[in-house]
Amino acid sequence: MAAIDISSVGKIYNGGVRAVSDINLDIKDGEFIVLVGPSGCGKSTLLRMVAGLEAISEGTVKIGDRVVNEVEPADRDIAMVFQNYALYPHMSVRQNLEYGLKNRRTPKAEIDARVNEAARMLEITQYLDRKPRALSGGQRQRVAMGRAIVRKPAAFLFDEPLSNLDAKLRVSMRGEIKRLQRRLGTTSIYVTHDQLEAMTLADRLVVLNGGQIEQVGSPLDVYHTPASTFVAGFIGSPAMNLVKAELQGDKLAIGPSLISLDGYAPTSGAVTVGLRAEDLRVVSANEGMPFIVEYVEELGSQRLAHGLVGDQAVTIALSGEAEITDTMWIAIDPSRLHFFDAGTGKRLEARATVTATAPVPEPVG
Amino acid sequence: MAYTTSQPQPGGFLSRLGFGGAARKKPAAAAEEMKRVQFTSPVLPYLFLFPQLAVIFIFFYWPSVQALSSSFYIEDPFGFGSTFVGMSNYTDALFSAEYQSIALFTAAFTIIVTFLSLSIGLLLAVKADRIIKGSSTYKTLLIAVYAIAAPVSGLIGMMFFDQHIGPFVKMMSYLGWNMQVGLNYYDTAFAMIVVAVWKQIPYNFIFFLSGLQNVPVSVREAAMIDCRSGFRRFWTVVLPLLAPTAFFLLTINVTYSLFDTFGLIDVMVKDKPANNPITLVYKVYNDGFRGNDLGGSSAQSVILMIVVFVLTIFQFRYIERRVHYN
Repeated sequence: MAAIDISSVGKIYNGGVRAVSDINLDIKDGEFIVLVGPSGCGKSTLLRMVAGLEAISEGTVKIGDRVVNEVEPADRDIAMVFQNYALYPHMSVRQNLEYGLKNRRTPKAEIDARVNEAARMLEITQYLDRKPRALSGGQRQRVAMGRAIVRKPAAFLFDEPLSNLDAKLRVSMRGEIKRLQRRLGTTSIYVTHDQLEAMTLADRLVVLNGGQIEQVGSPLDVYHTPASTFVAGFIGSPAMNLVKAELQGDKLAIGPSLISLDGYAPTSGAVTVGLRAEDLRVVSANEGMPFIVEYVEELGSQRLAHGLVGDQAVTIALSGEAEITDTMWIAIDPSRLHFFDAGTGKRLEARATVTATAPVPEPVG
Repeated sequence: MAYTTSQPQPGGFLSRLGFGGAARKKPAAAAEEMKRVQFTSPVLPYLFLFPQLAVIFIFFYWPSVQALSSSFYIEDPFGFGSTFVGMSNYTDALFSAEYQSIALFTAAFTIIVTFLSLSIGLLLAVKADRIIKGSSTYKTLLIAVYAIAAPVSGLIGMMFFDQHIGPFVKMMSYLGWNMQVGLNYYDTAFAMIVVAVWKQIPYNFIFFLSGLQNVPVSVREAAMIDCRSGFRRFWTVVLPLLAPTAFFLLTINVTYSLFDTFGLIDVMVKDKPANNPITLVYKVYNDGFRGNDLGGSSAQSVILMIVVFVLTIFQFRYIERRVHYN
């Protein structure tokens, strides 16, 4: 168990392509950090630099008190779970679990104890003598987890470990990973492109974009106060509506509609406004903004109505029974508005700071 | 193509022979059916197999049966008839000191050539696999040797050991080794092994390299985290995953050393004084076609057939069991 300190880390590949730049991240002992972002954002590269599978071009990575830039992966005291499991196909499950310990000259009795304990924890005891090819995807994933657990490393590194599983299994394995991590208290870095997985697992979320950190924070922080339009669009499902608008004093003009802001206006002029689909409510005719419905997505517990406000696309979330007409009038509490700089996309703090204290709906997925 | 089911064949020669059934399948099943062609006529598959079977029977089984039968006869040197002699061709061969020493050399030659060409091929492949810069040039250079026709490469190999112009012979003379290929039994054996190994390395290299590239990257990375020693990683993870390739190459290399070195040996010992090392296959040729002892040579080739048969069974029973196929 150890803290991980990533400071000013960057990665430049041969040929000058920059994959990651200036990452600073302080991971506390026992913390569950999720790196999330679209593909190509550098999240896997960052993880692999911590693991030692990629050379670190700039900056330093510290695991515990030790700078590990030049340390071999086997000596970094980390264990990694790969997306395609990366089990040794010619070894039985037991041999797979033992391999890392044997190479570290752990006493036989100790190896047996740890393997049996991990197998019991992951419920793979009856498969110990099988070869990986005789296991299902979920069972292989458990073995891969077991291989990490038996090592009792300072940190677990997960590289999209659930992407190869079907949706149902993914949800249950997600819960299991979270429970195991809580129980073992091992510092973990988890890479995923799935924002829902990120929200449910993380103590702290790190949203990456284009090789840089967009925002670091607890899942709810990131959800309620996204630091940029990128984060706003990436975290939460359905994605936050981002519309162009103009601030005119204490009024916000979205297309032809004007919304009174009750003192929440952060600045004036052109801004990007973020509206969560679940924060928009339907009001009686002529009271809010006119919303032309284009199509409806039925999710069972919810109905998502996609349409236009003015000429900009907006999605609203309605309860399962809600009635939907061709034109509806929608409004939003001014305190629920998110303002972003129209040019840089950075968050603009509204003046009356009352955000994030109100009860909030669970993220939808 | 007549094999695709999407193309209906109403009437026509092919449908009459049996393709009609497959062609009438529903389009939904078409994708599945693409892989499995079904014949409605029981004759058609045999018709397709006939050319291949004919080749096997005419060029493989028929000569084998001929060899087997003539191994029990002694042939008149001028072709005027033959006399049944029972097993004496076999006993003559097996109990002659010459045959035994040639058999011993063949065994040693096969083991040494197989071992060296496999291990050097593997070593080069491992090194080529690790190279990052200029790897394609390096690989192409090594593989290109394989593209040279075997007789040409054999001839080049032989030139290295030529008594007059061979650079290898000159080099060795500086070291005080008076190499006499074609005169000295051991010098000839040495040259034979070197050229045989040299010719076979590129073949093994190609297979080992492609085998190495089939080892999943993530498995290697997992091993990097589990094991510090690169040598141990290779030994415990990469090599077991290469086992299917290695097993295949072992079979091929044993066959090569036993049989395909014939031309090389011929070039090296033909027209040379006696007491040069030769393999059993070369002796079969020598006795049969130079010595006109068809019966004795047939008996020897039957013995060889039995040896190969036993070797094959041994390989598949005892070695393949240890091979892990993915």
